[in-house]
Amino acid sequence: MVNALEVSHLTVAFGKTTIIEDLSFDVKTGSSLAIIGPNGSGKTVLFKALIGALPSRGAVRWAPGTKIGYVPQKLDIERDLPLTGLEFLRARAEVARAPQEEATRALGLVDLPPETAAQPIGTLSGGQFQRLLLAFALMGHPTVLLFDEPTAGVDEPGQEEIYGLFGRLKREEGLTLLIISHELTLVYRNADNVLCLSRRRAWLGPPVSILTPERLQEAYGAPAHFHVHGDR
Amino acid sequence: MSLPAASDLLLPLGMAAAAGLIGSIAVMRRMTLASDAISHVALPGITAAMLIGANPVAGGFVALVLGALLVWSVEQKTRVPTEAIIGVVFSAALAIGSMLASGEELIEALFGAARRPSPAEAAVGLLAAAAVIVFAVRARSRLVITLVSPDLARTIGINVARTNLVFLLAFALTVALGLRYLGVLLMGSLIIIPAATGKLLARSLSGMRRVSVGSAMGSMLAGSLAAPALGVERGPLVIAASAAFFFASLLRRQET
Repeated sequence: MVNALEVSHLTVAFGKTTIIEDLSFDVKTGSSLAIIGPNGSGKTVLFKALIGALPSRGAVRWAPGTKIGYVPQKLDIERDLPLTGLEFLRARAEVARAPQEEATRALGLVDLPPETAAQPIGTLSGGQFQRLLLAFALMGHPTVLLFDEPTAGVDEPGQEEIYGLFGRLKREEGLTLLIISHELTLVYRNADNVLCLSRRRAWLGPPVSILTPERLQEAYGAPAHFHVHGDR
Repeated sequence: MSLPAASDLLLPLGMAAAAGLIGSIAVMRRMTLASDAISHVALPGITAAMLIGANPVAGGFVALVLGALLVWSVEQKTRVPTEAIIGVVFSAALAIGSMLASGEELIEALFGAARRPSPAEAAVGLLAAAAVIVFAVRARSRLVITLVSPDLARTIGINVARTNLVFLLAFALTVALGLRYLGVLLMGSLIIIPAATGKLLARSLSGMRRVSVGSAMGSMLAGSLAAPALGVERGPLVIAASAAFFFASLLRRQET
């Protein structure tokens, strides 16, 4: 199958509130899709429907043999939860019946130092915790990575680093990427396609045709700015 | 005054180990208050069993399983206020159970009885404690990932609903194990207090389990040995000992 994911006529509703209505799009294997849109446009809800965590109508078809790695936006973790980063990854290895060294390998992939992984997960900084979640996702050798706001709460050099890592994973492992982002500059430079959700409708296409001032004005209801050359 | 024989301590200690392990997960799942309330549902089961002449612990267990199923079905529907339902249903269970029982029976069901279990009861109890311990050790990774994030658990192929159900049933079984020794009111405490101590002192899962199991078994041992000497019931002493561990660790943590 050329497409890693085919979504047709997807509708997600909570009670009488419809969050996503009749959404259809495809994602080519090995490509990257950025999902943008204003707050409340259903980006995270879309991810949850794609992984089957929310009931939905319509069809979500993953290519046969797809393994999903999911990195959620934020988790509600108590600061004093007695669980270290390494224990969390080792639990992941045990569930998958994989050797415990997989946890160490994944930490290496995301450049998380062992002394950081030895801390309780509730005490990690936003960026460190996100790397831990990415390591968790990569441990399953996913073919598709779903990443909710990879750059939220991460400084600019850190953002570049994360997108650098994505580029490497895409090239070397042939990973298909679905990324929710507010960083339109990074989206413009790194995504093959953009899915722009708004409360009323959705647009799909390459960045150059979606990230236009008119389109963004329509989707966000206000002018949205981004730097095409990223040279500030 | 006589000290209990080693064989008499085997079942209470096995039960305490099971309570410490299940409690670790319960506290990490933020079920601290709910756990206590759930244990109350055993009371109507115990008193109903007494009325029809059945084994009270078996009656309590049946009621606990029903309670666990109720909590589970509420948990499946995320939009229902779990806390409120647990508070109301389980307090009502305590009230109904007290209406069914007479004075002496009620005290026994609430605080446990001093009678020795029959060999058959002891054997069933040990098997149940072993089952809970094996489950808590074997399912620990699934349980931990599920409590951190059900969504992440789903993406790696964990059946979240089933994992939660089996946990709640193991929880119910653990409470049932303690009914004879500690009674309805105190058994929830033996599951929660040592685990809360563990959470206070430990920074890792393995550390939490060590402290939780250690302080549950230590409290059980201290209570069992001191009860004949002091001439008081074992149950309240066990809980007092576990509370003492908790406050001591609270002081220690404030110092550091």
